[in-house]
Amino acid sequence: MRLVLRGITKRFGSVVANDSISLTVEPGEIHCLLGENGAGKSTLMNVLYGLYKADEGEIELDGEVQHFTGPGDAMAAGIGMVHQHFMLIPVFTVAENVMLGNESTGFAGTLDVDAARERVTEISERFGFHVNPDTLVEDLPVGVQQRVEIIKALSRDAELLVFDEPTAVLTPQETDELMEIMRQLKEAGKAIVFITHKLREVREVADRITVIRLGKVVGEADPTASNAELASMMVGRPVELVVHKDAPKIGADALVVKDLRVTDLAGHAQVDGLSFTIRAGEVLCVAGVQGNGQTELTEAILGLQDDVSGSITLDGLELVGRTTRQVLDAGVGFIPEDRQVDGLVPGFTIAENLMLNRSFKSPFVKNGNLRLGALREFAQQKLKEYDVRARDIDSLAANLSGGNQQKVVVARELSRDLRLLVAAQPTRGVDVGSIEFIHKQVVATRDSGIPVLVVSTELDEVVALADRIMVLYRGRVVGIVPADTPRETLGLMMTGERPKDLKDVVA
Amino acid sequence: MSDTDKPQPEKPEAGTQPQESAAETQPEVDPHDARGERSRSLLREIASGDALAGALAVFLAIFVGSVMIAAIDEGVRDTAGYLTARPSDFFSAVWEAISGAYSAMFRGAIFNYNLTEPAQQWRPLTETLKFAGPLILGGLGVGLAFRASLFNIGGRGQMLVAGGAAGWVGFQVDLPFIVHLPLAILVGMAAGALWGGIAGLLKARTGAHEVIVTIMLNYVGYYLLFYALTKEWLLKTPGSVNPKSPPMDDSAVLPKVLGDQFNLHFGFVLALVAVGVAWWLLNRSTLGYRIRAVGENPHAARASGINVGRTYTVVMMIAGSLLGLAGVNQVLGTVPSGVSLDLDASIGFDAITVALLGRSRPLGILAAGLLFGAFKAGGFTMQTSENISVDLVLVVQSLIVLFLAAPPLVRAIFRLPAQEAK
Repeated sequence: MRLVLRGITKRFGSVVANDSISLTVEPGEIHCLLGENGAGKSTLMNVLYGLYKADEGEIELDGEVQHFTGPGDAMAAGIGMVHQHFMLIPVFTVAENVMLGNESTGFAGTLDVDAARERVTEISERFGFHVNPDTLVEDLPVGVQQRVEIIKALSRDAELLVFDEPTAVLTPQETDELMEIMRQLKEAGKAIVFITHKLREVREVADRITVIRLGKVVGEADPTASNAELASMMVGRPVELVVHKDAPKIGADALVVKDLRVTDLAGHAQVDGLSFTIRAGEVLCVAGVQGNGQTELTEAILGLQDDVSGSITLDGLELVGRTTRQVLDAGVGFIPEDRQVDGLVPGFTIAENLMLNRSFKSPFVKNGNLRLGALREFAQQKLKEYDVRARDIDSLAANLSGGNQQKVVVARELSRDLRLLVAAQPTRGVDVGSIEFIHKQVVATRDSGIPVLVVSTELDEVVALADRIMVLYRGRVVGIVPADTPRETLGLMMTGERPKDLKDVVA
Repeated sequence: MSDTDKPQPEKPEAGTQPQESAAETQPEVDPHDARGERSRSLLREIASGDALAGALAVFLAIFVGSVMIAAIDEGVRDTAGYLTARPSDFFSAVWEAISGAYSAMFRGAIFNYNLTEPAQQWRPLTETLKFAGPLILGGLGVGLAFRASLFNIGGRGQMLVAGGAAGWVGFQVDLPFIVHLPLAILVGMAAGALWGGIAGLLKARTGAHEVIVTIMLNYVGYYLLFYALTKEWLLKTPGSVNPKSPPMDDSAVLPKVLGDQFNLHFGFVLALVAVGVAWWLLNRSTLGYRIRAVGENPHAARASGINVGRTYTVVMMIAGSLLGLAGVNQVLGTVPSGVSLDLDASIGFDAITVALLGRSRPLGILAAGLLFGAFKAGGFTMQTSENISVDLVLVVQSLIVLFLAAPPLVRAIFRLPAQEAK
């Protein structure tokens, strides 16, 4: 199916999210939409999928102009969407999920599960998906769940498939498999729109690349273009993709974690006997697929987990059993993995957010009163220092872009006297320009002799920042390896396998 | 960034628009356009602003109230019978009914122009202030809890318990005025704080929902007061069968502000002080900062070392003490003739409306409390002079809440620009 978008414009209030975007996707091609977070890719796809109504422009499928009033229309017209967050019901089987919303019924409304099962088997065999229709979705690995989403779209005879940031939740191996699937679908004559901001993936599978910036198409790029070329198109200026850092000046052991165990409410050990050390002046990166205990590890350090055993000492001070406030006061800086949830108060101004973990004592507090003057001065200074792009310090955090929100969090944490920095997914959902800035700040923190723990699911980031890499799998350490470990090895370790010839770096 | 592309909140893409756009789009915008855009966005800000929404809700409610006044008026119904023959009769009847009702309300709430003596003319205003006092106090109690995103429906229980406690001190204890009154007030506030604090503590410790707990505590408070009114060592009047306590000692009664000819007592002054304190608390104190942080995003507050549970408990204690003060205001000020089971006079629930209309801001609550006080004072005059049931005031109050709760409806009626999708 041939998709033509012509002059799509979508405004939110006075902000133009899509500014007359035109795009053609041919059958049998993988068309990459490349752009930073907030460039307008998702808005465009939501217009295509009937979730938003475009203010101007038209959508044309195989020469016919479409007027979608909702996703149902788009699906009926042959558009399938594989969302970043899966729209699956965990306690249903694969077949039940696939038929959901499109149920064929037999006598007296009984569900015809057999038909759905056959359909799943058929599609699965055709593309080599290896999906059993009777497995419960919750028992499937993430990569396979994604295939269920794809099957779901294909079962409705989708001719155009939209993949919205599909690799965010996948291991490197699963990503490779997904790429293979996309190629197969292409061979089968499907048109594919692949939305991403990861340059490596784009260059691997794309037939054509359209770069979007600030709601406008800034141009088409060739899949043979270099990373630097693509990045500068995305950002609109040359970008430093490599983090420059000197050899670490390593000091004494600072953070010592021994036999740490974190149990969740259901009684499952999410962190299971973890031991490691971070020394002053080094960055230890925690690599691993999301959900392998990273969140629980950082929260345990911060005193945000309830059921923690083992020991975490920072410069000799035991942190387990302390309140979050005590941990923060001990000099732990915390960049939480989800700034919208744990990092910021969206309804507060930038200035108010900058004192969020300092509401108990000076410099912003005096005898139970806020020292608004001191706070304003501080905020003004940090706004400049950390290059937060906002109208002024009274802008609400909710109105900032992801990158600027994260800069506010980073500014708040780094402007305290730190003895340890814990940065979880410090650049998730952050534009390339801000990533560059935040990485520099992390390295500067390390160079000032502060131990840094970085948790990231992006291998690029791990490799760029780490002095040592600790790979986690199901709450256990697979290995602690040097920063120059090959990606393939790291990818393998992320699946829980430990290469036989692997040597841990102890020192 | 420029004014022209100021992002609206809560919008998926636009909020994350990188700000480099400013430099790029700026040259394309001609200055005249920019000004127009700015004034439009200003209008949008006012339109989506709290004060206007509240005012429009009040306006709409009064309008609907007018329709009802006209509909139940006998003159209007009679003239409607020959509407086509002599429409002017009908319209003048409608006018008479509505203007009669609202001018009666005005006479009852602010200024009675039918009287000649200035003191008597202004007497209605003092009545309005008298009624407004506990509404403001209660509104502050509910509004403060709202700011921590807690819904305190326990105003009634908190008032009853506080009123009972203050009343007990008011007639059982014998002390000079200078000690007696402050002691009674403080004991009342402490009882209210206890009653609110229970709900806060249960929420903090067990996660019990404050709505359910406070509703249940209303019953507990009611029957506790009921029990107290049957025991002479507590509140029972010896030798009486009525569930009513003896009158307060003179040394425990809130003095009148403008002399004995007016009912306005110092409860209203306490309410004004409470508005100031609440304003300071929310906007200038660290405790208020933490309360707002917990209310806006408890996760971030927790990750920043703020003890969310303790904040809930403290907020509910303060809220309870404010509603307690409203109860004290009734027992020691408005009705010092003795504690009874209806001492709350439904203020505990009206306070929710006041807090909503005041958008949980102390000054907004002050304004809303004064308005509702005027409704209360004026409602009685409307009933006596125009024979319109005082319940109409309740209907208007309810409609205000309805319109406040449905901003899109109000927007649609006044054709205001729609707020962006949430």
